[in-house]
Amino acid sequence: MITAPAVPEGEQQTLPIASNDDVVRARQLVRTLAQQCKLSLVDQTKLVTAASELARNTLVHGNGGTMRVGLVDKGGRRGVSAVFQDTGPGIPDLELALTDGWTSGGGMGLGLSGARRLTDEFAIDTEVGRGTVVTVVKWTR
Amino acid sequence: MAERQESERLVKLLSQQGDVLVGRWIEGVSHTLRGRLSVLELDRELRELYSALVEGLRAGGPDWRGEGWSEVRALLTELSRNRARQGFSPTETATAVFALKELLVPDTDTSQQDFAAYLELNRLVDALGLFTVETYSKTREEIIGAQAEQLLELSTPVVKLWDGVVAVPLVGTLDSARTQVVMEKLLQTLVDTGSEQAIIDITGVPAVDTEVAQHLLKTVVAARLMGAECTISGIRPQIAQTIVALGIQFGDIVTKATLADALKHALRRIGTSPEAAAATVRGAR
Amino acid sequence: MSERIPVLRIGDVLLVSIQTDLEDQSVLDLQEDLAERIVETGAQGVVIDITALEIVDSFVGRMLATTAAISRILDAETVLVGMRPAVAITLVELGLSLGGVRTALSLERGLAMLGRAGGVGAGRA
Repeated sequence: MITAPAVPEGEQQTLPIASNDDVVRARQLVRTLAQQCKLSLVDQTKLVTAASELARNTLVHGNGGTMRVGLVDKGGRRGVSAVFQDTGPGIPDLELALTDGWTSGGGMGLGLSGARRLTDEFAIDTEVGRGTVVTVVKWTR
Repeated sequence: MAERQESERLVKLLSQQGDVLVGRWIEGVSHTLRGRLSVLELDRELRELYSALVEGLRAGGPDWRGEGWSEVRALLTELSRNRARQGFSPTETATAVFALKELLVPDTDTSQQDFAAYLELNRLVDALGLFTVETYSKTREEIIGAQAEQLLELSTPVVKLWDGVVAVPLVGTLDSARTQVVMEKLLQTLVDTGSEQAIIDITGVPAVDTEVAQHLLKTVVAARLMGAECTISGIRPQIAQTIVALGIQFGDIVTKATLADALKHALRRIGTSPEAAAATVRGAR
Repeated sequence: MSERIPVLRIGDVLLVSIQTDLEDQSVLDLQEDLAERIVETGAQGVVIDITALEIVDSFVGRMLATTAAISRILDAETVLVGMRPAVAITLVELGLSLGGVRTALSLERGLAMLGRAGGVGAGRA
């Protein structure tokens, strides 16, 4: 990816992700924004599903963190941007982590790669021992 | 502030002979529209705009993007949107605004103060004219977008072939966006009609690329997840070659040579024999 | 603190209707409850109705596949009913095809499918 995905700038909300309930809240918040942004039903579903995967990653692999979401605008096209941040152990082998079926936890290993397929823009920044930041954007069609 | 003074002077100039000036403006503009807009409508439109303009100058000064000018911007937006929808050209639309310039023409007797006010008006009218054109083209883009969407809807009819069997006959080149629309519509129709059999007929499709082939495949898998079966019919030899050459796994997806074969297959799957179905059709005649 | 999803019994079929967005623990609880109830009741079939679910992510998807596999070992057939189109499209994109889980368009069809074991009609995903 050459250009960095749009991050929320104007009005935005930050949600702590520290429990299973927070993952549910993260889904609901992203859904509300996706509806506000008038994403199609399928795109809403894709984005909320991606957010669910990433929020769970933040909780399970990152030992908790935050989700920051907001509406973004690029040349008249609207979108929803979500940033998941944790200060966990980081990902040692990113390429491996982005491979379908690879898992470090009890999951199916579809979290990261799936979230990438479900969104229009995807970026990940990780450092062993410091944490991980994943940014995703879904644009209106 | 000098600019403030100019605005005030301009307000005075525009109000003094307000009615005469508006009348001249309306007449000037109506010429360019050659009767395609009723005089009454134009009259109402421009009078409203004129008083909003004077009010804007009075309340908001020269800053046309400011709070005091919101009424003017709203009226101009409405005007350009209407013109765009009614098929007027950008020139015809913008001329309505630019014609304002001709209302106040300086001559040799014009005072220094008035001259400055005229220049101010010129500057404002230029900005408002551009604003009008911009709104106009935005509206046109919206119209084109809506038409493209309608075309997409029209070009992907999902039809019910039998109780429990729906089909989508695809014609023309498939791109990724269109295939996605088809996919969503087909799956929704399965739910709406309670149909367990879907047929995607691509007899009218000259070629597919990897992405489109993938979309078709995904549709079939998604239909299965929902509890329905999907058959693809009418695959041309070139497309079959493409699919194999691209290494796309069609796996256990049911494919049939023609739509008729696919319908026969679907009828059998829902427990209706094609012969019985044919008899029903004859009986109904 | 997580709420438990009720498992209803209709004849020799167990019915689970998921009505709300579930947190992960509830999902695991449901999987456990179902296995226990199958043994307890000797049920022949399980119908999981997800008509109300607006999303199914990989966690819930995995639970559905696992539940189907567990019930099969316990001699009960599982049918997943009512998946919304948007959810199905998303699951496919996510890379989850729920291989081996039987599916039906509606609760009615799902129950009918269990009634005539091995009957034709809907697909096996």
